[in-house]
Amino acid sequence: MTALIALLVRDMRLAIRVGGGAPIGVLFFLIVVTLTPFAIGPDLALLARIGPAILWLGALLASLLALDRLVAADLEDGSLDLILTAGVPLELAVAVKAVAHWLTTGLPLVVAAPLLGLLLNLDPAATGAVALTLLAGTPALTFIGLIGAAVTVTLRRGGLLLAILVLPLTIPVLIFGVAAANAAIVGPMPFATPFTILCGIALLSIVAGTFAAAAALRHAME
Amino acid sequence: MPLIDLANPTRFRTLADRILPWLGAATILAFALGLQQAYFAPNDYQQGATVKIMFLHVPSAWLSTMAWGVMSVAALGTLVWRHPLADVAAKSAAPLGAAFTLLCLITGSLWGRPMWGTYWVWDARLTSELVLFLMYLGVIALWHTIDDPGRAARAVAVLTLVGALDLPIIKFSVDWWNTLHQPASVFRVGGSTIDRSMLIPLLIMAIAFTLLFFTLHLAAMRNEIMRRRVRTLLMLRADAAGGH
Repeated sequence: MTALIALLVRDMRLAIRVGGGAPIGVLFFLIVVTLTPFAIGPDLALLARIGPAILWLGALLASLLALDRLVAADLEDGSLDLILTAGVPLELAVAVKAVAHWLTTGLPLVVAAPLLGLLLNLDPAATGAVALTLLAGTPALTFIGLIGAAVTVTLRRGGLLLAILVLPLTIPVLIFGVAAANAAIVGPMPFATPFTILCGIALLSIVAGTFAAAAALRHAME
Repeated sequence: MPLIDLANPTRFRTLADRILPWLGAATILAFALGLQQAYFAPNDYQQGATVKIMFLHVPSAWLSTMAWGVMSVAALGTLVWRHPLADVAAKSAAPLGAAFTLLCLITGSLWGRPMWGTYWVWDARLTSELVLFLMYLGVIALWHTIDDPGRAARAVAVLTLVGALDLPIIKFSVDWWNTLHQPASVFRVGGSTIDRSMLIPLLIMAIAFTLLFFTLHLAAMRNEIMRRRVRTLLMLRADAAGGH
C-alpha cells in the first residue's frame, strides 16, 4: 500500500514540476475553445447551443496530450522495471499511475470547464451539467488512453499513433457525455439516462483499461 | 493433426499449398452460382435494379465484422498460447478486414446516392462501419510501426481484444446517438422482411464472400511466413557482412 501511495505522489510530483506537462493540457483546452468562435463566428446563441460539444471535444483532445509520456517515460529511465519487480501487482500499479495522471491532467480540465463555459455563453445549469459529465467522463478517457499508452510504449514517437488508436475507442464516451449535457439543457430526455450510461462506460473503461494496459506492458517488457 | 504442428512453417506451407487450389475453386464456383442467382433475382418494385448492389454490400458488411472476429481469436492465440501462427493469422486478416469494410462503405454509398439522394448520411449503421474502418487502419498502422514482429503481435493482440470489447459498445452508442437525432428513420432497407427470391441469392453470395475471405487469408498467411523468412535471411546476411 505504501508503495502505491509513493508511486501516486511521485507521478503527481513529476507531472506538476518543470517538464511534466500537466498545465499544458488546460492551456491547450483554453486555446481550442478560444479558436472555435473564430471558426464559426461570434454568434452567442449558436455558441450556447453547441457549447457542450465544443467543451467536450476540447477536453477529449486535451486529454490526449500527455498520454504518450504516461508509461514511456518510465520505460526510458528504468522505473518501469522497478515497478515490475516491486512485488505490487502490475494492474494496481498502472491503475495508480492512471489515477495520478487523471488528477494532474483530467481534473484540471473539469475545473476549467465552468470558466470556459462562461466564454461560450452557457448558463449556470448547462455549465454545471457539462462539468459533471466531464467529471464522470474524463476518467474513462484517461483509462482508455492508458491502453494506447501501454500498447505504444516501445515506440520512440508513439504520440500520433496513440491518438489514432485511442480516439475511435472514446466515441461512446463522447456520445453519452455530450448527450447528457444536452439533455440537461434542452431535454427532452432526463439527464440521468445518458449520464448513468456514461458512468457505466467509465467504470468499464477503468477495469478494461487497467487489465489491458498491464497485459500490454508485461508483453512489451519481455 | 494437432494445432501445434502448424507452428512449423514448412508444414503449414505444405498444408496451405494443398488446400488453396480447392478453396480457390470452391470460391469461384460459389461466385459463379451466386452472381448468376443475383442476376436473375427479381428487381425491387421500388428500387429497381439498384437493389442488386445489396448482393455485394451485405456480404461485405458481414465480413467486415467477421474479420475482426478472426483477429480476436488469433489475438487470444497470441496472448494465451503464444502460437506463432496466430501472429501471422492476425496480421494477414487486418488488411482483408479493412478492404471488406471499405468495399461495404463504397457499395453502400453508391447505393445511397440513387436511393437517399446523397452519398453519405450519418446513419447509425454507416457511422459504425466507418468507425470500424478507422479501427482497422489503426491496427494496420500499429503493425507497421513496431519493427519486431513478435512484440508487434502482442501489442496488436491487446488492442484487438480491447476493440472487440468496445465495438459492440460503439455500435450501441452510435445507434442510440442516431435515434436521438432522427427517430423512425426511413433508412430501413431490407431487414428480416426480405423475400425468399432475394434471400437465397444473398445467402449464396455470403457463402462466396466467406470462401473468398478464407482463400485470401490463407494465401496472405503463406505470404507473410515467406516474408518473415526473407527478413530473417536478410538479417543473417547483414550480420555476416558486418562480422568481417
